[in-house]
Amino acid sequence: MPARRSGWSATTSRCSPTPTSSSPRPARTRVRCATSYATLARDAGDDALARRAEAVSARTYELSELLVDVLGVEDVGAYYPHRVTYHPTCHSLRVLRVGDRPLRLLRQVAWMTLLELPEAETCCGFGGTFAVKNAPTSTAMLADKMRHVLGTGAEVATAGDASCLMHIGGGLTRLRAATRTVHLAEILASTQAGGGRAGVR
Amino acid sequence: MTAAFLGIPAPPGAGQLRGDRSFPSAARDALGDSQLRRNLGHATGVIRAKRATAVGELDDWEQLRLAGEAIKRATMARLNDHLVRLEAEVTARGGTVHWARDVNEANAIVTGLVQATGATELVKVKSMATQEIGLNAALADAGITAHETDLAELIIQLGDDVPSHILVPAIHRNRAEIRELFLREMPGVDPSLTAEPRRLAMAARAHLRRTFLRARVAVSGANFGVAETGSLVVVESEGNGRMCLTLPETLITVMGIEKVVPSWRDLEVFLQLLPRSSTGERMNPYTSIWSGVTPGDGPRAFHLVLLDNGRTAALGDAVGRDALHCIRCSACLNVCPVYERTGGHAYGSIYPGPIGAVLSPQLTGIHSGNDDNASLPYASSLCGACYDVCPVRIDIPSLLVRLRTAHVGAARARPLPTAEAVTMAAAAWVMSSPTRFAAAQTVSRLGRLGGRASGRLSSLPPPLSAWTSSRDAPRPPGPPRRRSASGGPAPAAAPRRRRRIRRSRREGPRRGAGPHPGCERQRRRRPRRCGGRTAMSTFPATTTTAAARRPAARRCSICCAAGSSTTGRPLSTRPPATSRPRSAQP
Repeated sequence: MPARRSGWSATTSRCSPTPTSSSPRPARTRVRCATSYATLARDAGDDALARRAEAVSARTYELSELLVDVLGVEDVGAYYPHRVTYHPTCHSLRVLRVGDRPLRLLRQVAWMTLLELPEAETCCGFGGTFAVKNAPTSTAMLADKMRHVLGTGAEVATAGDASCLMHIGGGLTRLRAATRTVHLAEILASTQAGGGRAGVR
Repeated sequence: MTAAFLGIPAPPGAGQLRGDRSFPSAARDALGDSQLRRNLGHATGVIRAKRATAVGELDDWEQLRLAGEAIKRATMARLNDHLVRLEAEVTARGGTVHWARDVNEANAIVTGLVQATGATELVKVKSMATQEIGLNAALADAGITAHETDLAELIIQLGDDVPSHILVPAIHRNRAEIRELFLREMPGVDPSLTAEPRRLAMAARAHLRRTFLRARVAVSGANFGVAETGSLVVVESEGNGRMCLTLPETLITVMGIEKVVPSWRDLEVFLQLLPRSSTGERMNPYTSIWSGVTPGDGPRAFHLVLLDNGRTAALGDAVGRDALHCIRCSACLNVCPVYERTGGHAYGSIYPGPIGAVLSPQLTGIHSGNDDNASLPYASSLCGACYDVCPVRIDIPSLLVRLRTAHVGAARARPLPTAEAVTMAAAAWVMSSPTRFAAAQTVSRLGRLGGRASGRLSSLPPPLSAWTSSRDAPRPPGPPRRRSASGGPAPAAAPRRRRRIRRSRREGPRRGAGPHPGCERQRRRRPRRCGGRTAMSTFPATTTTAAARRPAARRCSICCAAGSSTTGRPLSTRPPATSRPRSAQP
């Protein structure tokens, strides 16, 4: 994925058959990363790869889509006694169009305080190789995102995309900030028996 | 694509579509200007909110966007026919049409026309096309003074500055800066001028009024050219355009060839899309439309200069030509997180922001791997906000990726591969084989030796040092707890587990014999017995509130949930172990 988005599409074509052809056979696949298949299907330059990617993406759901749309569940019985803010990542929002499904799931989590993130829909500045090739600009975007995250007073920032979390989390730990990043799936899977401690840094 | 991307040989250095350094370098300096960042953050935020309100009022906004896209696509497919029609209609109504292949030709035509009138000064309506060809400088070389009459363009001209935004060229300046500039540069300005917007506008108005009444020649751009009647359209807010288009004796309009629309019906769509997208207004205050020359009313001579300057080359690419659909509303600039932080000057071209990053390289062509405009397609995190707001649905992120691909293709042809090429080739080699991928994962665990204390890596070698200069990197993961489904070798502990699973399929799970073997995977990932206390166990939910349901949850959804009848009996005999030691989380 990063290779394709950086212009190395021939490189990606060589790699892609591995994930797409050997992808799990069941009719429903749960994909935690919001990025992969939809973007692949959209960007795929060569037709054969595009067809395969589309075949896979037809039976692929983003986690919150799977839970809310396919399984019809909003309350997954999770327990997470923390103050949490949610960053709707660019690919969740504008490629996969998951809308407010993650928020609907999060609102049902027991003992959790969900805090609204200002300017939530602005990119955190990750953008794959953009973070390295335009590191200063990427950092400026990250700084504003972190300012908003820290301003909410949340202990935990969550999102449905591991790469955004790596970026925001990397910035927060560098600042020794009191906010950590936890994947949406970890929050939804955390329980009272587990102590609601998913993702302790 | 590559041919179009490499472009026609435009005159080197001509035009205002290329800066003198790459985007990352210019952006680094711009980011250090806290005044600029404050001005831009405030201004783009205000316009964003206005646009969102104006667009939200229309129920059929998406249909309008689709119509705009369809009209532009159909027009581009037969652009030659529409241009010839436009020329014929303008000529039939007393105008003169000139064709300019590039910057030099366009400037020569306009300069010649002005010199023919004997005028030594002229007034200008805000126009991107004349900014693109650097007309003011060319006229100055010929001894002709051009007066910008748009307030923002006037600010730019007085400050000897360059526009940093398509619609609001002086967006990088705030009121205090403008007041200082007026006091310094505007002849005859009231020295008690304050930074109140109204007072600033009045000062500019007094200054411009004298010029309007004096000027005999005007130069304008055009937002649209309607082919069926040879009509030109200028959409503006301040009324300066109306003055320029009606008062002088001679009117010269420079229009990019992509601005033509076939008919008035098509114009209707764009006159709804443009004001709401650009200034967030339902309708802009002034829309001026003229067709050739009308005796006794307005200019007595009208010249239309049709500018190519790389547009034909861009049109040659079936996908890249989408960038020519742009109606210069600048909505993409206002939502772009990169633009908001770096400002327009970092892009080098007078077309900044997301659309500039796809348009400028296509218009100029990329002449070498080190071409400054080659860095523009990379000046985006591909967040997609630009595509969502574009009134003609230009898929800017996809175009950016396409331009990157073309640039990489050109770089591959070099005798010495770049560091990035080597990295990508290595990654492809590793990732195209499951065995090699697994081996690489094992090797990457060496990275765990670093950053052991903090659990994060705070410094990495180049080029990843660009990441760790401001962010920690995650430590590579330890050995996997289970094999991935994507083709790794069979799990080592398989025989015993297989026997247990086979037996349980036959007999169902044994009471008191530990968790159901089918739950093995679940258990290994999170070393706890499911026993009804995991989140999965409560799902699918049957009761309504979380609090009411939790104590009753006693079934494991993996092995025991209703529906998976093959694997049998509930595993609920084990007493809930409240004091079970909590194991460390990954």
